[in-house]
Amino acid sequence: MVQFSDEQLKKVQEIVERYPDGKQKSALIPVLHLAQETFGGWLSAESLDYVASLLKIEPIEVYEVATFYSMYNLKPVGRYVFEVCQTGPCMVKGSDDIVDHIKTTLGIGVNETTADGLFTLKTVECLGACGYAPMMQLGKHFREHLTKEKVDGIVAELRAKAGN
Amino acid sequence: MGRKLLLEKAHVEGIRTYEVYRREGGYRSVEKALKTMSPDQVTEEVKKSGLRGRGGAGFPAGMKWSFLAKPEGVPRYLVCNADESEPGTFKDRYLMEFLPHLLIEGLIVASYALGSERTYIYIRGEYAWIVDILEHAIAEANANGFLGKNILGTGFNCQIYVQRGAGAYICGEETALIESLEGKRGNPRIKPPFPAVKGLWDCPTVVNNVETLAAVVPIIDMGGEEYAKIGVGKSTGTKLISACGNINKPGVYEIDMTISVEEFIYSDEYCGGIANGKRLKACIPGGSSVPILPANLLLKTAKGEQRMMNYESLSDGGFATGSMMGSGGFIVLDEDQCVVRNTLTLARFYRHESCGQCSPCREGTGWMEKILKNIETGKGKMSDIDLLWDIQRKIEGNTICPLGDAAAWPVAAAIRHFRDEFEWHVNNPVESQHRNFGLAHYADPLPVPVTA
Repeated sequence: MVQFSDEQLKKVQEIVERYPDGKQKSALIPVLHLAQETFGGWLSAESLDYVASLLKIEPIEVYEVATFYSMYNLKPVGRYVFEVCQTGPCMVKGSDDIVDHIKTTLGIGVNETTADGLFTLKTVECLGACGYAPMMQLGKHFREHLTKEKVDGIVAELRAKAGN
Repeated sequence: MGRKLLLEKAHVEGIRTYEVYRREGGYRSVEKALKTMSPDQVTEEVKKSGLRGRGGAGFPAGMKWSFLAKPEGVPRYLVCNADESEPGTFKDRYLMEFLPHLLIEGLIVASYALGSERTYIYIRGEYAWIVDILEHAIAEANANGFLGKNILGTGFNCQIYVQRGAGAYICGEETALIESLEGKRGNPRIKPPFPAVKGLWDCPTVVNNVETLAAVVPIIDMGGEEYAKIGVGKSTGTKLISACGNINKPGVYEIDMTISVEEFIYSDEYCGGIANGKRLKACIPGGSSVPILPANLLLKTAKGEQRMMNYESLSDGGFATGSMMGSGGFIVLDEDQCVVRNTLTLARFYRHESCGQCSPCREGTGWMEKILKNIETGKGKMSDIDLLWDIQRKIEGNTICPLGDAAAWPVAAAIRHFRDEFEWHVNNPVESQHRNFGLAHYADPLPVPVTA
């Protein structure tokens, strides 16, 4: 069963208090972020129902939001998700080569996860780092000015971090 | 060196902290506005400044403020649009990341002018680390009495909250942003009613871009009239341009709108010229939605005049031979870039970001992507080019929000100016898979080797 810790519930309360009384539905997007971070990097139907019960709204109101925004993962993902931008400004700076290199290095396609559950590759649309292209989002941060060597370094760094 | 009003202090060590920002003259505009001016006087100064919305539409900010309805007993809201998502645009990120207090200061002044006691910064979900920077700055402003109850003893109460989005370009459209802030899908609303009358939680609301709100700080500091003296014509003040693509020095630059496009691209103070000794092929000067221009029309208008980096000059010639200032996302393409491929990535972007409410946009963006993909991969027919033109015409103007137009314009402009590159793809389905069309004959006034 999914359940926030007391500290996280306090955080939810804090978020709800940002809005006038009765407007707690506004907390939905931030709380879904919190749920995704807490419950394994993705949102199961159970997590969505839990968020609905916390905010006292109908589950359908949560589903329609969770399915609209691209940052919510509705299926399990690897521990590290490479989200490589492929829109125009990144494309002209070679993002296609970066995507191909990641595919070869990890032996996975786009929207696939490595067998060890460590890496998922996704392609995304413009993340607002056009001047520092090519780039990808990795967790909370951007990795920019990517080269094949840099990608290799990131993979090695994450493997070391995971103890593999 | 052009005059800098926003980024002047960006490189001061520690400027992200309240202490350094304050020591460098920060929060002077809050003191001036709250202690010596009425809310209406603040709005009046912004009107006088001629400041135009920096998010893309360029609507006069002071006028937008003056439209705000003020019924008795109903709260009013200011929402800062930090959902920067237009491909090519990364200026607001730079402002928030390096000068968070400048935005907070602008927000306090604007909140005072509009009577907003709860002010929200709606930031795109991917800028997750910037949320921490902004929340830290807000906490510092609270600790120093610039936010909270009875600010500077004036009786004005205000709190600022940061709301993270979750990945949706459409939420940069103000009514979609409001829907999202209410915890819903980012589906734009039909206007009217405008947010100024019925916005967040059906209350009167102003939505302004990050850079617009930051510009309020120098406007109050120097006065609206002084600010209006900078720049040219209706392009007053300074503008942040985020430059990217095939240039030597990508980055965020503050310009005073009196420099030429040529100077912006080639001078070392700005883009530093085209990278790797290549030649300029084309440029999208104001974010992915605005029309792409070939080099010759970019540097000079159809009348043969020097094209300048300001609202009027960039749009000179309309869509036939001009473009737009837009959000200031300046994307430069060199001679090795393929216009068809570039247009395909933009069409894919808009298909991905269409909210799906209006059929012309929901269906049309998908069709355009599919047809462009066929042309790009050597499976296109000559009639596809006319079909693309027809589809974009039927999207433009037929949707609730401007995303439809934004999806149509890049396709239209690419065909308008680079039709022979599209035709070359169709006529050379094999060759186009391993080499690019190269520099078009019209993209450079100098004689160039025949490349196609």
